[in-house]
Amino acid sequence: MQRGTQNGMVALIAVAVLVAGMGTTRAETLRLLTWGGYAPDEVVEMFEAETGIDVEVTKSNNEDMISKLRATGGSGFDLAQPSQDRVASAQVDHDIYKPMDLSKIDEDQIVTSMLQSTNDKTEVDGKVYSVPHVWGTSGLIVNTKLASGIKDYTDLCGPNLEDKVSYRLKRPTLIGFAFAMGMDPFAAYENPATYEAILAKVEEALIACKKNVKAYWTGGDALIALLRSGEAVAAMGWDAGGWKLNSENPDIVYIAPTSGALGWIDTFTLPRKTENEEAAYKWINFVMRPEVAAKITAAAGNFTASKGSEKFVEEKLQKQFAQSFNPVTLGEIKWYPPVPPGLEVMEGKVLDRIQAAKTN
Amino acid sequence: MSTPPQIRLGLLLLFAPIVFWLALLVILPHVDMLLISLRVRVAPREYATSLANYAEFFTEPLYWNTFARTAIMSVTATVMTLLIAFPVSYYIAKMVRGRSKTFLFLLCLTPFWVSELVRTFGWMILLRETGIVSSLLLWSGLTDARVELLYNDAAIMVGLVYTSMLFMVVPLVTTLDSLDDSLVEAGYDLGGNSFTVMRHIVIPHAMPGIASGSIVVFMLTLGNYLTPKLLGGKDSLWFTDQIYTQFITRFNWELGSAFGFLLLVLSSAIVWIGLKLSGQTLSATVR
Repeated sequence: MQRGTQNGMVALIAVAVLVAGMGTTRAETLRLLTWGGYAPDEVVEMFEAETGIDVEVTKSNNEDMISKLRATGGSGFDLAQPSQDRVASAQVDHDIYKPMDLSKIDEDQIVTSMLQSTNDKTEVDGKVYSVPHVWGTSGLIVNTKLASGIKDYTDLCGPNLEDKVSYRLKRPTLIGFAFAMGMDPFAAYENPATYEAILAKVEEALIACKKNVKAYWTGGDALIALLRSGEAVAAMGWDAGGWKLNSENPDIVYIAPTSGALGWIDTFTLPRKTENEEAAYKWINFVMRPEVAAKITAAAGNFTASKGSEKFVEEKLQKQFAQSFNPVTLGEIKWYPPVPPGLEVMEGKVLDRIQAAKTN
Repeated sequence: MSTPPQIRLGLLLLFAPIVFWLALLVILPHVDMLLISLRVRVAPREYATSLANYAEFFTEPLYWNTFARTAIMSVTATVMTLLIAFPVSYYIAKMVRGRSKTFLFLLCLTPFWVSELVRTFGWMILLRETGIVSSLLLWSGLTDARVELLYNDAAIMVGLVYTSMLFMVVPLVTTLDSLDDSLVEAGYDLGGNSFTVMRHIVIPHAMPGIASGSIVVFMLTLGNYLTPKLLGGKDSLWFTDQIYTQFITRFNWELGSAFGFLLLVLSSAIVWIGLKLSGQTLSATVR
């Protein structure tokens, strides 16, 4: 009996050691922390065939990426893809990223203005942390057959739309409404008192708007389900989701609001304890090749910062893009500047109060 | 006389897994969480010890209300689960025999073969405006327009009760099974009607089962995240959702940890009050 227990223990330890060993011997893997669609199977297979490096993809979002990396002090992944406005504050607060060695990046493949902008916005203490990858906008997705006259975010709160619209209870909604109400939240980023005053006005508007809300959507799939079924006729959402719906139902279109669509750029950023930096640089240079970037555009529905990839992108998406943006509205896109630490606590309370407010 | 050393080693090995499990997965994380909850961020990467996070919970009515709402809804869900589960359990334990008993018990178990997420999505498909129930009502002419049954507190309640059923049925069936039928017969023989027999014989006997079932259901409901999040509407608030938000979307681990501790303490207090009010003890319910 006694012997049996001990033998069992020995076997258990042996298995444990074996499992632990397996983890460390697979050196040539790239653990990628990214968004859905940014690492399609086809591209991963092409990369594996070319370099012999296995890619492990973990799908995530901005907050989740920061939380995951914060919990481990920046280990567990070799390459992350946070949005550029969220890199600097997370780095300052939690020290989870590693500066990027730009000499290892094939800069000729990247649109120069975007590279420059991302480098500037993700600079902390003179070191650059990110290079751009995918960019896109959020604006309005409208079912033109069931709703008319929706041109800006505030129109979602108009009459005859009771229980018919949807948006997220997250910071882009606050920012979008602030712009639509004629204020400039980005200019107030450095001035907490002004920002708080802006938020107070937006809070009031969003509480008054609550009767129009069908449900606050929490993920892209929930949003698409609401609009596809016609349960919601207008929503604030991402361009890619809007174009996807447009392909299924031409009545649903993605439009840039009159106050300007909100533009974001998702980056490549190295976690502080990345274990395979070389593979990370190889992956970046690989996916920024125009023909590979076009495949990612097809999968994610968003365009990339890769130079010359447009001509590989399928015609339908280009048409949808042209339907949503003209040179003027394209110029009016409001790009998110880096979020200073502390603002999000303020926004959080406003969002909580909106959620808690009774519908009138 | 002391115990032989090999028996002590055996006992030690026997207890090792549970001790490690408790220490590594329960006690250590809680100690860490307690420490985190007692600090506040003063500047980037700089923290000071303070009770501010706990003060925040009691001074900001929003958080306090969310907790109260969650607790009240959980108690309601527990009572409703009990009201529905008791007749079901009584029927399974006392009215049917043999194979149909096993069959009915299995029927209660079947929904738990799929994950909670799938079950919740099932309810979403049934209840949504373009969903099955709404279409059926429209087709049968009972309503002349589609009705939205999802995204309200009633939907949350349905989901919670459904999710908790099994955890109430199992302890109830076990305790009711142990009730000797002759006691019930004696009750009738002595002139009792169904009501007095139920009140003076069946319920007192089932009390430990009711208490343990209620504790499990209450704790599960209070700690549920998925169901209120998916089925709840634009006004719905749930305390666990608040904790998740603090941790994940606000990066405010300090406040989130404090909330976690408050949830633990306050829910334990509610269970304690419940036990006191019903005259039960924790040791009797686990027997």
